[in-house]
Amino acid sequence: MSSPGECCENVELIDLRFVNTTAGRVPVVPADWSRRDRLGRLKCRLFNSYRMSYTVEPGIYALGSPDGRSPVLVTANYKLSFDLLRRELAGFNAWIVVLDTRGINVWCAAGKGTFGTDELIRRICSTHLSEIVEHRRIILPQLGAPGVRAHKVREQTEFSVSYGPVYARDLPAYLDSGCIATAKMRRTQFGFKERLELTPMEIFPALKGFLIFLAAVFVVFGLQPEGILFRSAWGSGLPIAVLGLAALLTGTLLTPLLLPWIPFRSFALKGFLLGELATALLTFPAGTEAVRSIYLIAFSLVFFPAAGSYLALQFTGSTSFTGISGVKKELKIALPLYIAAAAASLILLILYKLQEWGIL
Amino acid sequence: MKYLTNVVTLELIPERCTGCGRCLEVCPREVFGKNGKTVRIVDRDLCIECGACMMNCSFNAIRVNAGVGCAAAIINGLIKGGEPECGCGGNDASDASCC
Repeated sequence: MSSPGECCENVELIDLRFVNTTAGRVPVVPADWSRRDRLGRLKCRLFNSYRMSYTVEPGIYALGSPDGRSPVLVTANYKLSFDLLRRELAGFNAWIVVLDTRGINVWCAAGKGTFGTDELIRRICSTHLSEIVEHRRIILPQLGAPGVRAHKVREQTEFSVSYGPVYARDLPAYLDSGCIATAKMRRTQFGFKERLELTPMEIFPALKGFLIFLAAVFVVFGLQPEGILFRSAWGSGLPIAVLGLAALLTGTLLTPLLLPWIPFRSFALKGFLLGELATALLTFPAGTEAVRSIYLIAFSLVFFPAAGSYLALQFTGSTSFTGISGVKKELKIALPLYIAAAAASLILLILYKLQEWGIL
Repeated sequence: MKYLTNVVTLELIPERCTGCGRCLEVCPREVFGKNGKTVRIVDRDLCIECGACMMNCSFNAIRVNAGVGCAAAIINGLIKGGEPECGCGGNDASDASCC
């Protein structure tokens, strides 16, 4: 454990108080969030690099005034996971054991095995948990189960694992009922709000690719026999840039938000459908004058829906209802089609340029 | 919401099942149900192949090709020629794009 003041990120987390146990001093953490905690959550949702280093020191923490009979809850060392847990436990006296998941949330870390049997056993030993509590039960988040063999933990540490609810918000009811989770507590939900919260993580990385796309548009549409002309890049390139942005937003924002209402189960098809719709709607009524080449229209109707489809497929990583076999099946069909679409787009662009230069 | 049908690799071996119900406890998708003293698969297509049931079955009664249902991870795996790897955590955390 770093001492308070040593680590800038965790300074406010620690209440500067300690609980004395037979196994040594355990730092006390408050249940309430500071302004900095709230800001941290927002930044995690917006910035990938911030999120990847938003961690809390692994080890054991005290919440309230726990004693030997207080429940032990286990979580990941992604600070947002830890914050959500302590906030929901307001009013309870509990021990929180933080596993070293390299700053990754419980579900993803369980998938990787870092929220796993070995780390849990190591942490139970290194925190001297058996000296801190009299009972032999630890409560794990249910979504940690893919990484943990509960029977192995029991064999090696005598601690039996109870899987708590999926969401920390159900913990008070779970603890009050004597650790009984209702069927509803055991189900993952993936509503509009959850999906909306995850979309910035789709949009921002895609925007990086969009800058490259813009540069390519500038070069391709500006390119004339006499050199790269800004006026020509602006005139013909702008409608294409707008279509590109529309494709980006259909794949990263509209498809995730409208997920249950778009036909088909395949994410690639959902994204393709919305991409095709958006491209057609923008190309035909408004863009007929700007996008007047048949080759350019064909390019738009091939390239942008394929891009939207690819981006939509990326959202499979953020959902709670897609499995690896399904995503593999989608990729097996979609990847060759994406490559074919890219090749066709390139040919159509070349034809467009040849037409523009009067060669065709 | 349900994903693609008829792709899930989940298998339950009834002869090994003792009906302890641990799989019902860990499954976040209500794939299993009680069938008298043992457990049965109620809706295989709901399964997201997270592997929680297999990991926690001390009788080896469940088999599933577990993994992450994440396109970026699978594409990464194809490019690097290994297992699907989403890049978050570990040494290459800087180019992480998921979870």
